[in-house]
Amino acid sequence: MAEVKVAEKKSSTIAFGKKERKLLTDPLDSNNPITVQVLGICSALAVTTGMKNALVMAVAVIFVTMLSNGIISVLRNSIPKQVRMIVQLVVIAALVTLVELTLKAVAFDSYKQLSVFIGLIITNCIVMGRLEAFAMNNKPYESILDGIGNGAGYGIILLIVAFFREFFGKGAIFDYKIIGPSAEYLIDTNTSVIFGWYASNNLMVLFPSAMFVIGVLIWVHRAWNPKLVDIS
Amino acid sequence: MHSTNQVLIFVFILTSVVSISLASMYSGLKPIHEKNEALYSKKATLSAIQSHLDAPLSELGDEKVIEVFNTNIKQIVVNMKGQIVDAAAVEASGHKGGRAEDIDMAKEVKKPIEDQILPVYIYNKSDGSKLYILTVRGKGLWDEIWGCIALESDLSTISGVAFDHKAETPGLGAEIKDNKSWVRQFIGKKIYKDGEFKSVKVRKGGAKDAVYEVDGISGATITADGVSEMLQRGLAYYQPYLKTIKS
Repeated sequence: MAEVKVAEKKSSTIAFGKKERKLLTDPLDSNNPITVQVLGICSALAVTTGMKNALVMAVAVIFVTMLSNGIISVLRNSIPKQVRMIVQLVVIAALVTLVELTLKAVAFDSYKQLSVFIGLIITNCIVMGRLEAFAMNNKPYESILDGIGNGAGYGIILLIVAFFREFFGKGAIFDYKIIGPSAEYLIDTNTSVIFGWYASNNLMVLFPSAMFVIGVLIWVHRAWNPKLVDIS
Repeated sequence: MHSTNQVLIFVFILTSVVSISLASMYSGLKPIHEKNEALYSKKATLSAIQSHLDAPLSELGDEKVIEVFNTNIKQIVVNMKGQIVDAAAVEASGHKGGRAEDIDMAKEVKKPIEDQILPVYIYNKSDGSKLYILTVRGKGLWDEIWGCIALESDLSTISGVAFDHKAETPGLGAEIKDNKSWVRQFIGKKIYKDGEFKSVKVRKGGAKDAVYEVDGISGATITADGVSEMLQRGLAYYQPYLKTIKS
């Protein structure tokens, strides 16, 4: 895991140059939190049964990594090193609770759907990992970009895994029924001539399949980007 | 390196700011939270009789939900012997308000079975017939699950159900709430066979009995078994009361 401290610039203007773009795009590919750093696996197993859940989780994590990175970066020079981990944890937990209370007041239905995920965000190692590895050493603007990038890198893998699990496990995408054994599906395997042999694989719905899919993804990712081999 | 005093001051300021802001936000938003929760439980009750409402529940506005609930539904509370419990007695057993909707089932299930009280919602249809909405509560894989079961006026045919859960896995156990076509299977099932109470079972691998069984959910066997157990036990609690209506 190569963390390069972004050079402190003299000017305080908010620019969006090559360096900033790299902060956003690096976590999507060569420094991906899941397939390269292998962080956040626990929640990747839990919420990838459907694409809708994965999307909601991805948006929530992007929000929390962005804000917690920003806040910790603002405070970075005044946080005593001895207690920095606890301070990071307090900030993450406070942010998540803030989101929870607001949602419960203004969007109760989404709160009900999200409440299962909220605990998973606090314990997501990516959030704390980025605070420790990046926000403690860099300026707020760069830290916020890094937070968005890492949240997005996590979200993309979540959506890819959820696509395979939902499509091959339930024959659906975003709850939209594509292929399955009843008339509710777009392709009804009971009547279809070409797809009559097809049956959804129940294993894909269960947690072990997420492990297989992530494993294959890591392999594919490294085959496609050979630079990654042997660096982590 | 910071000195111990600096660390203490920093931690003190940080935790004060965080706790004061969260606490004031919590108490400031509490009335809205409570209003939302009351509305949500009304909607949950009505979703069991979805097919008998004028419009789909999602299209009914919040005021309309409260109006339907107040005008068309009669709330009563019964005990395990089937006798009706009055509001004062309900309030005395720890549920502020004394109506059926004020009963906190999570509190109630902790009492000894013979002391528990049960809410009943009677929905008066426009053609004069009645629907009885009963509440059941049980255990899923991770935590509690509960549901509303609406019975036709013959007291045996299920006219609709709605389940909810505290912490079942999204995409697996949580399907008991989210998967509408699974929930629809319960419509038309019967809980009595030849006058004997039988309940409805969730069968892994697909229903074999068209009247008393529904299909299971892949990957959620324990939650589905929890639903079967909850229906068997929860509906049995209502038997003394249902007998008093029949006779």
